[in-house]
Amino acid sequence: MHKIWLIIQREYTTRVKNKRFILVTFLMPVLIIGFGFGFGYLSATGTEHRKIAVVDPNGFIKTSLKNTSQIEFSFPMQVDTLNYNEKGFTDILIIPKFDGEKKTDYILRSKKSMGLMLQNSITDKINGAIEDQMLQESGIQQSTLDSIHKASQFAELKAYEDKGSSSKESNAGLAMGIGYASGFLIYITLFIYGSMVMRGVMEEKTNRIAEVIISSVKPFELMMGKIIGIGAVGLTQFIMWIILILSLSSVAMGFLPADVQHQVASLQQSNGQMGAGMMQASDAAKNIYTFQHTIQTANWPLILTCFVFYFLGGYLFYSALFAAVGSVVNEDPQDAQSLMFPITMPIIFSYLITNMVTQNPNTPLAFWASIIPFSSPMVMMARIAYGVPSAVSYWELALSMSILIGGFLFTTWLSGKIYRTGILLYGKKVNWKTMIKWAFKKQ
Amino acid sequence: MNPILSLQHLKKYYSDQKAVDDISFDIQQGSIFGLLGPNGAGKTTLLRMITGIFYPDGGDIILDGQKFNPVEDIQKIGYMPEERGMYKKMKIGEQALYLAQLKGLSKSEATEKIKYWFKKFEMESWWNKKVEDLSKGMSQKLQFVVTVLHEPKLIILDEPFSGLDPINANLIKDEIFNLAKKGSTIIFSTHRMEQVEEICDHIVLVNLGKKILDGTVAEVKQQFKENIFTIQTTEPYTIQDNPIFSVVKTEKNKTQVKIQSGYQSNDVLNYLLKEKVNIIGYNELLPSLNEIFIQLVEGTHASTRAFQAEN
Repeated sequence: MHKIWLIIQREYTTRVKNKRFILVTFLMPVLIIGFGFGFGYLSATGTEHRKIAVVDPNGFIKTSLKNTSQIEFSFPMQVDTLNYNEKGFTDILIIPKFDGEKKTDYILRSKKSMGLMLQNSITDKINGAIEDQMLQESGIQQSTLDSIHKASQFAELKAYEDKGSSSKESNAGLAMGIGYASGFLIYITLFIYGSMVMRGVMEEKTNRIAEVIISSVKPFELMMGKIIGIGAVGLTQFIMWIILILSLSSVAMGFLPADVQHQVASLQQSNGQMGAGMMQASDAAKNIYTFQHTIQTANWPLILTCFVFYFLGGYLFYSALFAAVGSVVNEDPQDAQSLMFPITMPIIFSYLITNMVTQNPNTPLAFWASIIPFSSPMVMMARIAYGVPSAVSYWELALSMSILIGGFLFTTWLSGKIYRTGILLYGKKVNWKTMIKWAFKKQ
Repeated sequence: MNPILSLQHLKKYYSDQKAVDDISFDIQQGSIFGLLGPNGAGKTTLLRMITGIFYPDGGDIILDGQKFNPVEDIQKIGYMPEERGMYKKMKIGEQALYLAQLKGLSKSEATEKIKYWFKKFEMESWWNKKVEDLSKGMSQKLQFVVTVLHEPKLIILDEPFSGLDPINANLIKDEIFNLAKKGSTIIFSTHRMEQVEEICDHIVLVNLGKKILDGTVAEVKQQFKENIFTIQTTEPYTIQDNPIFSVVKTEKNKTQVKIQSGYQSNDVLNYLLKEKVNIIGYNELLPSLNEIFIQLVEGTHASTRAFQAEN
């Protein structure tokens, strides 16, 4: 045992002291936040602006068609499909004469084709305009219509879950968010640290020191030392990131204007109740309050504990397999690619399944995927976000966890056998079939 | 005296061949023992069983009077394999410390011993250098130091001189003699026979998984001698074949003759003196280990076996 500890220490300190590691650890949160802001900024400003000339023989669309930040409607004379561009319009919309309630097609001609979202937006606007027109024809004034639209936006769905005698506020949006986030985190961890384990295992072979080390420690001890040491490096990096991101965001909060901070505080005190205070709060304050309030509805102790369990379990399960691959690869990186395939495929599939499950946590697919150890780390986290024991019962959770533990014990044993043979083998190209044979051979 | 290592009917079989097929021999403490054989003979497999890397399929290994225990006995053995490298990016002092600790030394013991050996081999300035900064000869020296650092009773060196220049080779050779004198036993595996003659007391030759020779260097040479003697003369003589001996080779002032059965070495001298040949040198020509090796191994398809083992 002492020897495994020595190996863990060596693997850990050589990687943690590495300049590149330190750089990535401190740079990554900055990059993530930067990307986040940049993305938000770009999606807000980087959209296209359209000037659409509308030809409307019916004459009633004019009043009802509202401009948006991206679309400017005009109703000019003497513009047709041949001259709209010269006259300064990007597109021309031709509305046919409505004939009772017969379904009609209207035509949009553009010099540059328009994206789907904008097209849908225009369709909605035209249908809205027609609806308004028909309502007006039946007697409702435009001004009445406008105030009704505005006032009807006040209702919001607050979902509650019944858990026996108590009920707790639930939030599907948050669950989805947590599901996505944890699925994604576990996904990239498996790839990044899995391949790090593989490269770490190859280190003894490329440096040709494998036999020297194996004469002092058992191959299994060397393999476990590497897996645990590299896992500890990953965990350290993760924790550093979380600390950095949390501290950066609370620093950012401090930069908000003082009155916004006050509003958030008073909203928190009054628990978001409608009142004079709510109406006067700015949009920003409302958003921040809603965000903070929603976050609090989740069962954090449970989610975090499960996350740590599945994070580690998934890592141990897959890193053992990566180690097995690393032990048989010689200097040719091509070998690694084909051997990695049966490992990376389940990871990618699991991620895709997770995305589906975040929206539909209760299907049979979701159930089985949260039990099978290949996919359970990601998929079960997505389901847990919807609540235990509401979306996931206790026995399902227990089953999934024990199978994952059995899973990583198995892959560790399997890889141990493969590793002890592969690590001393130079020059022979090996495939998975041979590797499995080694596992079941007596040593 | 009990041997320090006794191998009894060791066997290691793979699905396609018998790598080690019932090999037994003893090694005495303090001897420099040569394990010889062509490629694919089973030397490496044998060594890996002695060091606990492989487990035998049959037979026993007795180390220092007790059954070999791979976990406990690791500290008693120092192994320098043929494929020997170091972590390139790690600092030398740190790496030597790590390897010594893996062998079971405490940190302080290890540091002390490393300092001693580094001083002995003039490697003190290397402590903070990285292995990748060393030349090949320098890293071989380092590997040797790391192998003997923990003062093992049994030191196993597999092709220790490969890649060394004569000066460094000499350094290692002297150190091997020193260690043997101090009581360590050295197993030296190679197929460079001329080195074996210089260094080893006792040899074992393996081929195709079996032992085919076992004895001291002198014994082996006696076993294979062909009764050939060299005669060195002052002037070139043409010595004739005769009932006592036949001429094998004539070279300027040296003639090699083979004594026929029934006759002794002194008979040859008597004959030559009678012929009034001016003799300045007369020696038995024992076969070199190289010749013996070739004689025993050639034609046994040893190298084909090595090739087959790959597939």
